[in-house]
Amino acid sequence: MRAPLPQIEADAGIPQPLLEVRDLTVEFHTRRGTVRAVEHISVSVAKGETVGIVGESGSGKSVTSYAVMRILDRAGKIAEGAVMFSGLDLRAIPEAEMRDLRGREMSMIFQSPRLALNPIRKVGKQIEDVLRQHAQVDSDSLAAKAVEMLEQVRIARPRERYHAYPFELSGGMCQRVVIALALACRPQLLIADEPTTGLDVTTQKAVMDLAVELTRERGMAMILITHDLGLAAAYCDRVVVMEKGHVVEAASSEAIFKAPSHAYTRKLMRATPRPGITLRDLLPEGEATPVLTPATTVKASEAPLLAVEKLVKEYPRQGQGGSLAKLFSANKPVPESQVFRAVDGISFSVARGESVGLVGESGCGKSTTSMMVMRLIDKTSGSIVFGGEDIGAIPARQFATLPLRRRIQMVFQDPTDSLNPRFTAARAIADPLLRLGGMSRRDVRARCEELARQVGLPVELLDRFPHQLSGGQKARVGIARAIALKPDLIILDEPTAALDVSVQAVVLNLLQDLKDSLGMSYLFVSHDLNVVRLLCDRVIVMRAGAIVEQGPTEQVLVDPAADYTRDLLTAIPHPPL
Amino acid sequence: MTDTAVHATPAAAKPAGNSMLRHARYVVAENPVTGLSFGLFLLIALCAVIGPYLVPYDPLASGPAPLSPPSWQHWFGTDQTGRDIFSRVVVATRLDVIIALFSVALVFAMGGLAGIAAGYFGGWTDRIVSRVADTIMAFPLFVLAMGIVAALGNTVTNIILATAIINFPLYARVARAEANVRRDAGFVQAARLSGNGEFRILLTQILPNIMPIMMVQISLTMGYAILNAAGLSFIGLGVKPPTPEWGIMVAEGAANIISGEWWIALFPGAALMIAVFCFNLLGDGLRDLVDPQRRT
Repeated sequence: MRAPLPQIEADAGIPQPLLEVRDLTVEFHTRRGTVRAVEHISVSVAKGETVGIVGESGSGKSVTSYAVMRILDRAGKIAEGAVMFSGLDLRAIPEAEMRDLRGREMSMIFQSPRLALNPIRKVGKQIEDVLRQHAQVDSDSLAAKAVEMLEQVRIARPRERYHAYPFELSGGMCQRVVIALALACRPQLLIADEPTTGLDVTTQKAVMDLAVELTRERGMAMILITHDLGLAAAYCDRVVVMEKGHVVEAASSEAIFKAPSHAYTRKLMRATPRPGITLRDLLPEGEATPVLTPATTVKASEAPLLAVEKLVKEYPRQGQGGSLAKLFSANKPVPESQVFRAVDGISFSVARGESVGLVGESGCGKSTTSMMVMRLIDKTSGSIVFGGEDIGAIPARQFATLPLRRRIQMVFQDPTDSLNPRFTAARAIADPLLRLGGMSRRDVRARCEELARQVGLPVELLDRFPHQLSGGQKARVGIARAIALKPDLIILDEPTAALDVSVQAVVLNLLQDLKDSLGMSYLFVSHDLNVVRLLCDRVIVMRAGAIVEQGPTEQVLVDPAADYTRDLLTAIPHPPL
Repeated sequence: MTDTAVHATPAAAKPAGNSMLRHARYVVAENPVTGLSFGLFLLIALCAVIGPYLVPYDPLASGPAPLSPPSWQHWFGTDQTGRDIFSRVVVATRLDVIIALFSVALVFAMGGLAGIAAGYFGGWTDRIVSRVADTIMAFPLFVLAMGIVAALGNTVTNIILATAIINFPLYARVARAEANVRRDAGFVQAARLSGNGEFRILLTQILPNIMPIMMVQISLTMGYAILNAAGLSFIGLGVKPPTPEWGIMVAEGAANIISGEWWIALFPGAALMIAVFCFNLLGDGLRDLVDPQRRT
């Protein structure tokens, strides 16, 4: 049963905040001494209020929430300050009592819904666990209550989904289950730590609308931790901007987006892609360089550099017989029902010097398409004509060592994953030069330095290993490697998805400059329409393996012909500018 | 153009070699047992390299006082023919370590490479390697080793071979699992784009990345290999007497324990135990050293 909590004095003139963080300093003990992750920050959340904590990676926004929940890891501790939760001093109360508060009075939604759920337990049971833990319901009505929670987070057919395992649900559904878990015991405070990272925009909108509606219905307070200014603006009453462990600005969202007073807030806002601006507008004031005149311009009459015709990729469905079965039926055609079409007969072209955006939500086949064009995987049918040659006919395994390889390169999504942890930056950039460029070792070093200068990577960083570089620097190394052989076409697979907005702004501008000076074509794969808007001449919108719409960027994004494109556009939260 | 990224890593600019040493010191300080294991390892290495030149007696020469208990003359006592047990224990280190070292090197080359290929290529390569590993696992390993040595002949080379074969599944499986998770990693894709052939990717991209884990595996199987070699010798399949070897010495002394001459079997047994103990702890320590998660 719910323990009596000191009730908030309603008759006091100013409503007492539900949560008050005063002068909080969190220290981490590391081998290089004590590091202060957040310093002297003060945040307060009133009942029924939604407060956004906004900042880039390393700003201490997550640490703040962990400190409130008292779930800092062993090395971290609250050094100074007070955390008051409806009159209780959270620093002073014993751990057992804290455990009781977590989940019942304050709960948290984590970044990755799949990691937050137990993969081998039915979701309904997991909701029951929370209810039982806090003795909210007697055991007879547990199941009914769990189904009710699933219903409240608008999961269709809750009675069936009660028996589902997390892997049977989509990412958005999992996040709904997590929200159901967090709200099951009717807490007073909900902390959402980047709740929609990794979700598609339309799912993000659905999940956020739901969370806000439920918290409003129950008169709960919510802290929304995010790096996305648009998201904070759309859903928060007040916004706290953090930078490097300090609160730089705190005001109502309207005030902060209309008239940001701190330079960092202004910089962050400038760097956030939004409609109606150019790439240069993303950079801080006074640092925008003039736009270079493009080396090549798109000529419509010329034959396209890349022409994809009726491209299809099929995968066998799971559990359709093992390798032996395949061996015996090797020559028989696979029945239609046994294959999954990831890419379903798409056709498009990329002209020389053009950049084309390939947009769609996860699972729409955009990555599969780019891998096929890249010749990393084989197509099922259709043709990929590059520079007049049907490269789709060459098996992927052979393509790696052909001279054609140097003309198509790629920049990968995750700059960390795409660099060999045991290679220095210089060796990573040199790899294509040595393998395909046929250069001598001494020339290679000179070329590496030239490339580093081209992508704005300080030359002295070339001898570092990836873990010694920041995210933006790693992205630069990846770009330098891709342009090392002066390719004609570069596929950019969400090259800025893992980067902070201010770094993204710099990298996007760099990509634009490189394209203009080297005359390359880009195939830009992304889920972020705002980024595509800035960089691309033409856009292709994909859904479920097929192309929904394609055309010039302005036309598609301002006056979309397809409903799906319109849905995508309206789902993006924009800061009110 | 501004560069926010350049300023983001202030502390990472230290020279790489220095930081590795500092990291080693940190690991040892955090877990003194690791320090102990490194110390023991040095002792074993020392015995193996220069032991035979330092010992007070000829390990093969019979002495005038058989079965004498530990004393100032004979620290560990003497055996049935009056040989000095201390000298024999120290001299035996070299042979046991050599057997362990070569068998581990052999199994690393066979199992490691087969496992990487299986994990990376998948398909038939994977099936063949995995089924070979399963077949070996299906036998009681020590009995298998006995069978191999009995069939091929009682030589040091065959002990090494037998020890390598029974460890094959361990290496193949670890290497396969590690290679498998990396086969479609971004950097492997990038290497394909850079024009690397499949075999080159295997050797230059995948192998260096799974070396740390293999190093731990090597250390752990070293202890097991020593134990296995001693075990084979103990049952008479292996090094022949009078060569000093821990397993034989324990076997020779076993009969005398009942009559009260405990030292003949105890000291070589203790040496064996310390060696196995040391390599196992070393494995733990190495894991701490190479595990990036511990590098906070």
